[in-house]
Amino acid sequence: MSENAVEVNSLTKNYGELRAVDHISFEVKMGETFGFLGPNGAGKTTTIRMLTGVIKPDEGTASLMGYDIIRETLKAKETFGIVPETSNAYIDLSAWNNLMLMGELYGVPKKEREERATELLRRFDLYDRKDEKVKGFSKGMKQRLIICMALIHDPPLLFLDEPTTALDVQSARRIRNMLGEFNKKGTTIFLTTHNIEEANLLCDRIAIINHGRLAAIDRPQHLRSRIGGLNSVEVSFTKPADLEALVEVPYVREVRKLGDKVRLYTSSPSEVITHIVEYARETDSRIVTLQTLAPTLEDIFVKLIKEQEAGYDA
Amino acid sequence: MLRKEYVTQFRRALVIAKKDIRIYYLKGPVIIFGVLIPLFLYLAFSIGRSIPINTLVAGLMAMTLFFTSTAVSPVIAPWETTMRTLERLVSTPVSVSTIILGDVMASLLFGILISVVPLVVGVVMGATVASLPILVGGIILAALCFSSLGGLLSTPPSSMPSTIMMLASLLKFPLIFISGIFIPLEQMPGWGQTLALFSPLTYFTDLARYATQGIGYFPVYVDVAVLVLFTVIFFFAAVKLHNRNLPKRL
Repeated sequence: MSENAVEVNSLTKNYGELRAVDHISFEVKMGETFGFLGPNGAGKTTTIRMLTGVIKPDEGTASLMGYDIIRETLKAKETFGIVPETSNAYIDLSAWNNLMLMGELYGVPKKEREERATELLRRFDLYDRKDEKVKGFSKGMKQRLIICMALIHDPPLLFLDEPTTALDVQSARRIRNMLGEFNKKGTTIFLTTHNIEEANLLCDRIAIINHGRLAAIDRPQHLRSRIGGLNSVEVSFTKPADLEALVEVPYVREVRKLGDKVRLYTSSPSEVITHIVEYARETDSRIVTLQTLAPTLEDIFVKLIKEQEAGYDA
Repeated sequence: MLRKEYVTQFRRALVIAKKDIRIYYLKGPVIIFGVLIPLFLYLAFSIGRSIPINTLVAGLMAMTLFFTSTAVSPVIAPWETTMRTLERLVSTPVSVSTIILGDVMASLLFGILISVVPLVVGVVMGATVASLPILVGGIILAALCFSSLGGLLSTPPSSMPSTIMMLASLLKFPLIFISGIFIPLEQMPGWGQTLALFSPLTYFTDLARYATQGIGYFPVYVDVAVLVLFTVIFFFAAVKLHNRNLPKRL
């Protein structure tokens, strides 16, 4: 079997005149947590829908756990569980019956699916309400149930499309913790999100997609080091800062005001700190806080998207 | 290998049928509708009229079976589109034909069970059955045929069940009038008899008349063969159109 859980080669999807996904290629290694990031409408959901056999690609190929998604669709579908973007358990069935339905559709033997359903419902804190119809569940409970439904056949690969969108902080954190646990046990996770911090916390590698094309694909740390000039110095003074003066400081590329702090983007933080100390002396002000910051994933994301859009405009 | 895959898909179609029965058929209003419709039809056609009970039973069984077998199946796909459960179903290891087969089997079972109501009422009112095997076989075959028609009626890529129901009614009601239920085929004008040939309901009405009265317009084998042909056409057309329209739904 291939060492890649997902292999995508030149996958393309058009909706009329609009090219939603444009010849993207990438691989997801076995046991990896792979983040698929992009702004709304970038092509994330279309990609996941092609990979999970919901829609057919117009061009290109892809395989899941070695099974071609076009020629061996049913085999490929047996290898993964999916948590779609919108909640879609059967609301007129109980949580238990939803899990039994999914288990039967994946051909899980009765005893095994009952044991697994019990284990999953306990783990996701839904066991006490297993016989209630899903229509009475909160958003967080529904999302937890959908994750249980995706895991009922113990798949080696799990697709999650914006799994924590619109959830409260506690539910989102709980789901992230669970994903971390499943990944530790060897499940490959393919996660689409526009929550950069979520990707940063969970993912081994990240692909950034915009306008249907891949803008970058790498480890979060490599992406940070690859994009130069995004280090920054964050400082606050006892007096209000003069942004026009600070932007003239040598080596500073950009200045942003963040509450009572000022962030100066630079490729030479040490030089900038020297000049900030001089600035404080000249303006008869004192430095209250000062720290240097590595680029955040959000900085990288915004920069890559801007660069790509500038490329389109040109 | 291929045979094993067919068996697996058939089992999964049964799972889908079980799901449909739980969610869509085992509802108070659906069951009450199924039971009351034939009773009301009896009242409407028997009070103040002198139609022989055996003639009445054949026509009412045909109407009941036709209405019940095509009542719920056309709205399952649009309903599941709205509830976003169709997407889940499509991402599981089942083919489109398996999903349709599951929907058809649930509808088939519902149609068969409800068609017992007019038969029992008819027997209580004095109707006789000339050939029980032909009647039972005819009911099963016709329920399969009409359920497949229900699958075909659900193919327009609308997520509004009401739109599908309206479109289905536009087809279903004219079929009732041209299928020899109200006027026996032999009493129809030439153009009426020609139109009747294109309705699957014609052949079940004829079979039911044969099974209850011992007389039919067509030979039994013709009725059976044409019902089989309609079933195959409806089912495969439904699969083809669902495959084509599915991306528009999701």
